[in-house]
Amino acid sequence: MGEDALYTIDNVVPPNPIENLLRMDRIPHIWCPGCGIGTTVNCFVRALQTSGLDLDKVAIVSGIGCTGRVAGYIKLDSFHTTHGRAIPFATGLKLANPELKVVVYSGDGDLTAIGGNHFIHAARRNVDMTVILINNMTYGMTGGQVAPTTPISATASTTPHGNFEQTFNLPFLAESCGAVYVARWTAFHVRHATKSIKEALAKKGFSFVEILAACPTLYSRRNKLGDGLDQMSYFREQSEIKNGADTKSVALDFEGKIIIGKFVDIERPSYQQSMYDHLRKKLGDQYIPSPEMKNVYGKNGN
Amino acid sequence: MHDDSGVLTGAHFIDGDHACSEGAIAAGCRFVAGYPITPSTEIVERIAERFPFVGGVFIQMEDEIASSIAIQGAVWAGKKAMTVTSGPGFSLMMEHIGYAAMTETPCVFVDVQRAGPSTGLPTMPAQGDMMQARWGSHGDYGIIALCPNSPQECFDLTIRAFNLAEQFRVPVMLMMDECVGHMIERVIIPPVHEIQIFQRRSYDGPKKDLLLFHPDSNLVPPMVKAGEGYQIHVTGLTHDERGYPSMTVDTQAKLVTRLVNKLRVNADTIVDYREDSVEGADIVVVTYGITSRTAIPAIEQARKEGMRIGHLRLVTAWPFPEKRIRELASKVKAFVVPELNLGQMVYEVERVAGGKASITHVPHAGGTVHNTKEIYAAIKHSVKG
Repeated sequence: MGEDALYTIDNVVPPNPIENLLRMDRIPHIWCPGCGIGTTVNCFVRALQTSGLDLDKVAIVSGIGCTGRVAGYIKLDSFHTTHGRAIPFATGLKLANPELKVVVYSGDGDLTAIGGNHFIHAARRNVDMTVILINNMTYGMTGGQVAPTTPISATASTTPHGNFEQTFNLPFLAESCGAVYVARWTAFHVRHATKSIKEALAKKGFSFVEILAACPTLYSRRNKLGDGLDQMSYFREQSEIKNGADTKSVALDFEGKIIIGKFVDIERPSYQQSMYDHLRKKLGDQYIPSPEMKNVYGKNGN
Repeated sequence: MHDDSGVLTGAHFIDGDHACSEGAIAAGCRFVAGYPITPSTEIVERIAERFPFVGGVFIQMEDEIASSIAIQGAVWAGKKAMTVTSGPGFSLMMEHIGYAAMTETPCVFVDVQRAGPSTGLPTMPAQGDMMQARWGSHGDYGIIALCPNSPQECFDLTIRAFNLAEQFRVPVMLMMDECVGHMIERVIIPPVHEIQIFQRRSYDGPKKDLLLFHPDSNLVPPMVKAGEGYQIHVTGLTHDERGYPSMTVDTQAKLVTRLVNKLRVNADTIVDYREDSVEGADIVVVTYGITSRTAIPAIEQARKEGMRIGHLRLVTAWPFPEKRIRELASKVKAFVVPELNLGQMVYEVERVAGGKASITHVPHAGGTVHNTKEIYAAIKHSVKG
């Protein structure tokens, strides 16, 4: 084969290996050049492809914002809900049919500001769901306003003189509320992130994966941090993998060191397993669980 | 005591709140999410007690916002679902009433009304949420609202609320009030086979041909649930028949017009009211909920004195029985409209009457029911003109 043949269209553009799980009729997507969200979607889909899950039984739920658009591009049962409310919607979906694997995929503002209360309570209850939070440290869709995740001293459109609000340390929040799996990666660490999402999907209970992703248009540019590639370099150079790190110690600073890794991986009965076991114990044969509940939670012999 | 359907057939002496819980169970509701708020709590308390015996799941959520969207997740998983609240919680639910309308998620919202605004009088009745029920979420959409006036009707209309939600794929509101909720009366729960249930209409065509929001001739699309391999997409954004976001003026016009029209064109089958001696009446008293009962002594008193008084009770506040009120407006001298607010449904009566009959409003700021003398005085005033 001559060298030219290698560069025919067919050879240069093989089918996208994640196409089978994308709604190709909705591509191109809305994300900006250099945005890290698409990279995380790639990680997520690859994790799904090797998860062994029955994909007909996987549902994805998003809130509002740039990351909130993920549900609209993934070829699964997908729900684009209201701002901040992906988790309670997912709670209803999961409780009503526990045979579904429910994934919440949304942004930092959506899940921890307007939706913060739901995040806390779903983790506390240990509702069986995987929450993938893409942290770009700002509200991208609305123009780069300050978020609970914006580092101190960073500039945002609503903190034009710099941010002075304490920044949320999300792994610490998730762990202290009761999450059974907590990890943080960046959009640079695609293999780690993919493996981590796969592990999270396999957990029973509330599993949480935070992935830092650049918002070159509205965060990096305003803070003179360069473009998407510069942010990837920052993620590469400043990240340090510390599996099992105390989540208290993993807070993020403006352009400081990023502690990444799997921080928490424990076992605790999920909300519905607790519900099933408790009611079975208290009410005996009088307890009539839904057929789906019985199917999923009645197998442990309790 | 109970069978698999969970229907407690027989005669009961229970309050409106508990009757509502039993209506939900009889209707096939198997998911309830709620947050405690007076005077609605008895509904979820009974649900929490009963659900483990009938295959239901109840969860007390962290707030009303969460409750009102959790039920919609449950509906897309295939369940019939309901949430229950009172004024302050109802206010918090407004965004999700819009989401249910936009995504055509059939679900039931129960509002046991108390006096507002704000925290108001938590333990005392009002009918101040009637306009909020219709218009509380932003944008154009349609809903159905029912107004029970007794524990029996709390049972019956909860079933009808679920049936209507399924039939038209809209949020349906059961507009109770503190009096009806806490009033204890005889409630007859019929045998299972006598309870009419509208089963969810499911799409049964080939998977590849599914257009999730393609309506049938009655403007309502059949449903699909998660987990069946359809890979559906549901969004609160303006969407085309595939369910995909489409940010165009044309898609907006087509979608939102249908959301409103599916109730407008079917209004005759939805609208429900009760009449007493309306034919030949000079005055018609228009009531709903608890006010229908406080009006009766006043109406009877006026009749005793020879006045020709009709009584029309709204069972559906929304859609409003426009046809009937318009018809009556050209026959009667006046409408008398008592309600436990400072003017809500009376504006509908005025709008529809179009100046053909005079209107006397009998307002009440809430906290208790009308003194029947006030209603009598309004009737007498209207007769004199």
